[in-house]
Amino acid sequence: MSGAQSTATAKNRIGLTLNDYKGSKSTLCPGCGHDAITGSIVQAAFESGLEPHQVAKLSGIGCSSKTPTYFLGRSHGFNSVHGRMPSIATGAYAANRGLRLIGVSGDGDSASIGLGQFCHLVRRNVPLLYIIENNGVYGLTKGQFSATADVGTKSKTGRVNDLMPIDLCAFAIELGCGFVARSFSGDPKQLRPILKAAFSHNGTAVVDVISPCVTFNNHEGSTRSYLNVKEHDAPLHDVGFIPHYEAIAEVDYEPGESREIELYDGSRITLTKLGRDYDPGDAVNALETLHRARQADKFVTGLLYFDPAKEPFGTEFLVVDEPLASLPLERVRPPKEVLEEIMRGLMTGGG
Amino acid sequence: MKPQVNDFSIHVATVNGSGSQTANSTLLRALFQMGLPVAGKNLFPSNIAGLPTWFTIRVSEKGYIALDRRIDVLVAMNADTSVDDIARMGPGSLILVNEGVPMPSIPEDRVLHRIPFNKLVEPLVPDAKLRRLVVNMIYVGVLAWLLGIEETEIDRALQAQLGRKPKALDMNRQAVRVGTEYGRQHLGKARFQVERRNLTAGRILIEGNQAAALGAMFGGVTFVAWYPITPSSSLAESLQGFLDAHRRDPVTKKASFTIVQAEDEIAAIGMVLGASWAGARAMTSTSGPGLSLMTEFTGYGYYAEIPAVIWDIQRVGPSTGLPTRTSQGDLLSAAHLSHGDTKHVVLLPATVEDCYEMGIRAFDIAERLQTPVFVLSDLDLGMNIWMSEPFRYPEKPWDRGKVLTAEDLERLGKFDRYRDVDGDAIPYRTVPGTPHPLAAYFTRGSGHDEAARYTESGDVYRRVMDRLAMKYESARGLVPSPVVERVKGADVGLVAYGSTHPAMVEARDILAAEGIRTGYLLIKALPFTREVRSFLEEHRIVHVVEQNRDGQMAALMRMEFPDLAGRIRSILHYDGIPIDARTVVDGLRSTEREEVTVR
Repeated sequence: MSGAQSTATAKNRIGLTLNDYKGSKSTLCPGCGHDAITGSIVQAAFESGLEPHQVAKLSGIGCSSKTPTYFLGRSHGFNSVHGRMPSIATGAYAANRGLRLIGVSGDGDSASIGLGQFCHLVRRNVPLLYIIENNGVYGLTKGQFSATADVGTKSKTGRVNDLMPIDLCAFAIELGCGFVARSFSGDPKQLRPILKAAFSHNGTAVVDVISPCVTFNNHEGSTRSYLNVKEHDAPLHDVGFIPHYEAIAEVDYEPGESREIELYDGSRITLTKLGRDYDPGDAVNALETLHRARQADKFVTGLLYFDPAKEPFGTEFLVVDEPLASLPLERVRPPKEVLEEIMRGLMTGGG
Repeated sequence: MKPQVNDFSIHVATVNGSGSQTANSTLLRALFQMGLPVAGKNLFPSNIAGLPTWFTIRVSEKGYIALDRRIDVLVAMNADTSVDDIARMGPGSLILVNEGVPMPSIPEDRVLHRIPFNKLVEPLVPDAKLRRLVVNMIYVGVLAWLLGIEETEIDRALQAQLGRKPKALDMNRQAVRVGTEYGRQHLGKARFQVERRNLTAGRILIEGNQAAALGAMFGGVTFVAWYPITPSSSLAESLQGFLDAHRRDPVTKKASFTIVQAEDEIAAIGMVLGASWAGARAMTSTSGPGLSLMTEFTGYGYYAEIPAVIWDIQRVGPSTGLPTRTSQGDLLSAAHLSHGDTKHVVLLPATVEDCYEMGIRAFDIAERLQTPVFVLSDLDLGMNIWMSEPFRYPEKPWDRGKVLTAEDLERLGKFDRYRDVDGDAIPYRTVPGTPHPLAAYFTRGSGHDEAARYTESGDVYRRVMDRLAMKYESARGLVPSPVVERVKGADVGLVAYGSTHPAMVEARDILAAEGIRTGYLLIKALPFTREVRSFLEEHRIVHVVEQNRDGQMAALMRMEFPDLAGRIRSILHYDGIPIDARTVVDGLRSTEREEVTVR
């Protein structure tokens, strides 16, 4: 099975068609980068053969947060409140660790009102694919700068942003996130394998996708216009994905040309060198790369940082294997003797 | 002055962080072990060490456990407050003063003993730091002598607390003995005496927050998220303790629960909603400032119909207020917490037993109604020690409400998340992970129709809001009923809720002794059940007694029963100290002077 062969009737490994992974029709502006990301999610989920009923889609508030309606219509969805999707994700994961969580947020939702929850989710390493659809503006409220807007970028009304942008990828790396990638909505060839790899990661996977806003941030003077991003996109490598259920193909690479990384479920991600070799296992180098890219007005894209070693949220709690959500009464209500014993301990009255 | 047996209050004034807790607790337990009803209240500052703190122990053969503002016995250890503490003591009272602390001049009719506590403890404990802690046991010994507290019971109480630390136990035992011996040699017995009775056998002593935690455990909680805030932290912390002890597999040690200390209260309630949405039995506990932060999410929970249990251990507000003092000031905000039209279900525990039982029942109600349920305790109930009958094991299994499984969906062939199928305004839900193509639905705070689809149709929105209002009507049949005491010939009614109850019991006895008969309604929940209206109809005048400034329960009653609003009066108490019977009696007299018919 590969993306190129799929048509409307083609079935994936669990017998579902591409249509089974679609949602309702988008109500975003025609040409919105977010719709392209939705398309990549649908394709990646289809190709990965995700079980729709095992997926839960979560979001906060904003244009980006509307998009879970537009994909995986056969999965539960939770469009929560502004900036608070991470806490919903944390609770949902604790209740049922068998769920595969896909969170969609935006730059306002994650870098401003939700920065606190974003940071704490990453610290906890809650297993969740956290997609940021990053356009540098507030779309639904019509074009105000967000906290990821670049210094010097111009708004549609002519205002120039002079505040430092918050780089959510750098934040994530600093906070110990084990999977940090940046991509571009206009590059599905790169985004899709990144998403598929993120599905396979057992921890928080932050995927920051630069996604131009065609209505409020696509003009000259904006650093996030489609043209400007296209021109300044600096991929670190070509990203490929080999799912765990496919026979390991022998791929011939020139020595030093490619890196291969094994994911939690046995799938592998391949990173083929484009220019300088890039080691995604080096956090300091990743941060330096992000910093230098900003100085050079570049958007570095690809797998920025990967560390499979970190334990997922809750490991230290030593919780039963089954979902807490489905434990029967006898597993969660101690017997009468336990209450009686506790009462006896408190029963110090006399006569 | 005549002797006073088994009916007096002891007030111990110390400094926060001086370790007086073990000493006070020893006194309280020893009295309880002698078969005497007791109540202990800690009046403490928001401080770890250095500020004044007071502990009150009330002994009452009649079983009154509310605060008694009349102090009979004072132990004045704190030099910073001793002048005021002593000046407040009335005629006939007994005062023990730590030698060297400042004193006011006092009338002759108080019995005053200056005791060299520091000198007595010195030879016993060489370490100065430790001495500061052990000195408190000296007053325990002195009081035991003066009041007639049995030494064997003091010793038992000490063992219960320090049994695992033999060195500390030994040192404290010696200190008690030194105190008792000093009393024997220098002091005559006090006119306040205790005598053994058989009134506490089989009863327990417990704090409300511990009781709530026990309820949550036996209610089958599986997920807890919380953020530290006084006075609610001890609820989550005791819950962690109980769950670790009783909800882990004896062999694998694996837990049937998860507790998360969240980054703030917004995250705590978010995690609770996420967990509950995904099928867990989820709760949080907080206090006023945390409740404010939960506003947006609880409104969401109401509108998107997600169960949640939220304990609010109320303290004095607004803002940080007096964080270590008690209040019933969050009632109105909890009842309507959200933006837009919202009416929440609120449970109002009046006793530690209620804390336990509502700890269980809140989950059943929340899951049955698919809505956030608030449980309003307070600092007095939550953090003070109360006597109670032992708690009963739940007779009924749990009620997880209307949750459809894959088999149900297969049989029904259709599922609309927000459709009122049964006519009780409560729809059916599914949890994520349910292996059926019909199971999925989309949860949103925005306008949605019966099938959970996005809509901005005004008609559909109104339909949803009307159904939610109907669901609130359904809640009336599910929430705990009030306790009603109808008294023949009483045309004055008293209404209370929460930790005000113990003061009401005593106040009504005082009034009855003076010939004023009163009916009584102890409200246990919002929405009001039908008994509330009947009670108003049956009484000419109804006094609503509560621990807040604005008469919040009275306001809710006036709102719901405008035709009977003219009968409602308020007796209000809001200084942060637990309400006492005198306040109720005096309040009733002053507002009723002309209205009360004395029969």
